[in-house]
Amino acid sequence: MRFLGMNRSDWLLFIGFAVVTLAGPIIFSPIGAGYPDLLQKFAIYGIFALGFNILFGLTGYLSFGHAAFLGVGSYTAVWTFKLLTMNPIPAIIFATIVGGLFSAVIGFISLRRTGIYFSILTLAFAQMCYNLAYSVLTPITNGETGLQLTQGDPRVLDVAFGRDYGAVLPSSDLFGIDMTGYPGFYFCGVMLIICFFITLRIFRSPFGMMLRAVKSNQNRMNYTGLNTRPYALTAFIISGMFAGLAGGLLAVTDPLAGAERMQWTASGEVVLMTILGGAGTLLGPVIGAGVIKYFENIFSAFNETILMQAYSALPEGLQHFMVTLSSLFVGEGWHLTLGALFMLIVIFLPGGLMEGLRRLRNLFTKSSGGQGPGNSAETAHSATPA
Amino acid sequence: MSILTIVDLNKSFGGLRALSNVNLNIDQGSVHAIIGPNGAGKSTLLNCFVGRLEPDTGSVTFDGTSLLGIQPHEINQLGVSRVFQTPEIFGDLSLLDNVMIPGFARRDGAFKINAWNPVRRRGPIAEKAMEMLKDVGLDDKSKQIAGQLSRGDKRRLELAMCLVQDPKLLLLDEPTAGMARADTNKTIDLMKTIAGRGVTMVVIEHDMHVVFSLAEKISVLAQGTVIAEDLPEKIKGDPRVQEAYLGGAHL
Repeated sequence: MRFLGMNRSDWLLFIGFAVVTLAGPIIFSPIGAGYPDLLQKFAIYGIFALGFNILFGLTGYLSFGHAAFLGVGSYTAVWTFKLLTMNPIPAIIFATIVGGLFSAVIGFISLRRTGIYFSILTLAFAQMCYNLAYSVLTPITNGETGLQLTQGDPRVLDVAFGRDYGAVLPSSDLFGIDMTGYPGFYFCGVMLIICFFITLRIFRSPFGMMLRAVKSNQNRMNYTGLNTRPYALTAFIISGMFAGLAGGLLAVTDPLAGAERMQWTASGEVVLMTILGGAGTLLGPVIGAGVIKYFENIFSAFNETILMQAYSALPEGLQHFMVTLSSLFVGEGWHLTLGALFMLIVIFLPGGLMEGLRRLRNLFTKSSGGQGPGNSAETAHSATPA
Repeated sequence: MSILTIVDLNKSFGGLRALSNVNLNIDQGSVHAIIGPNGAGKSTLLNCFVGRLEPDTGSVTFDGTSLLGIQPHEINQLGVSRVFQTPEIFGDLSLLDNVMIPGFARRDGAFKINAWNPVRRRGPIAEKAMEMLKDVGLDDKSKQIAGQLSRGDKRRLELAMCLVQDPKLLLLDEPTAGMARADTNKTIDLMKTIAGRGVTMVVIEHDMHVVFSLAEKISVLAQGTVIAEDLPEKIKGDPRVQEAYLGGAHL
């Protein structure tokens, strides 16, 4: 059964995804994540990771410079706010376009090399963007302070439509709906759902098949009459546009852009999200982004007082020891937890969390006398299980 | 009529003269074998057809078009497909996908963004791919991942990937190397079927059993030059060939 060319299981997957996203505030509240600030981070970094996965998961090109496009998107969005209007729609459109243009240039040059050399080139470009934002480009980026809105911004479209924000700093609003709190989350959530739909279409299309072929064997592709470079470049540009959109959304929810968003640690983070969730899978990167942002939020909020309370049942000496030990892994040191988690996943589940879910499902179907070998052949055929 | 014409081809690697003044005509619809001892320049010659190597001097003309200075994918789009000595396949993809990709390449050209509509597993391209898999005897494995196949099966898969493109010229670099006798015979039968459809084939081969059961014409390459070119039965008795191959012993 097909509708708009997509089969039933893909529609179920998409609808399920949309429902979970929209019901996020309810679903994630039991684990303490049901509030808009964190949820919109899930959505934004989910978009970032989805796009990154189109490049890395499908073509195998590991970019270490995607934060540059995120940062560029943020700057573009803030500039759109300053010059045109506080409406988020023009901001994210421009952010996506400019992210795409930047990635076209960087991708065109970097894709002349493969493997580690490609990664190094993208890293070098991103660091260049980062340093330029701090130095020569200060008039555009406002250097270390970061690009902010001011009351004196022209906002020509807002003025033309008679929109006056008075004497306070405006925040982004969609035709009168303020983009903070839940509306902000729902705006990002809808974008995530749209991006997921696009990604799903790409994954199932002949183009997606070609991108997998790029990862699998470029030599065979060339001798099969296919030009590999434009395929890789298109994937690079699409992922750059997703990153630009994510950067734009960051600015929509908080109209401020700083260069630290472009730093290599931010590029590394999206790599971690994708691998943690499962590179090359549809849902993996979004799950990875959610897990990392969730842990960042939970663990970095812990401080010594909370730890003292947590271990209050222990005798005093032991309590202090445990607090000292644990405090390495929380607060500022939460990256240590992330590192440990990442190592565990990569060693025991090389396919990421999605592989873990798949194994659990296989275990379940097997123990309930499931379909056995026929089932495994099926999973092998649909090379992209959700 | 000649479909591939090679005139005065020269190629050196540093001081080593790999090919010197090679002239070769491949007739349309024929099966042409290129044989010769190790290091005679057979693979170098093949690499000059497909854009992997650029010859120093000389010309390679396929169907009226020069093949020099153009990219491998452009050469393929002209109708030249190649089977490699070590099978080059898409190891992470299913067999069906492996054969569908060349099908898309033939239909859509070297690059096309067809990102919105899903791959149809029952469309004409999939059907043709299944047909080719059936021809090479792999249709029952169409859902398997190609990397898990045995070496012989990988070669047959690669052949299906070439055939789905309806090539005008099929280049085969030692298609039976490392195969068991039974597999070799199966491959010979398969290639005979392909030749029966009028596909021009150039076969590089060590196994004389394969060469003499397939070839309509044989060129013998030794030390970078063509020392003989004739019908199989004449080549068998040619003293120069026996000299080059076996140092004078009889074939």
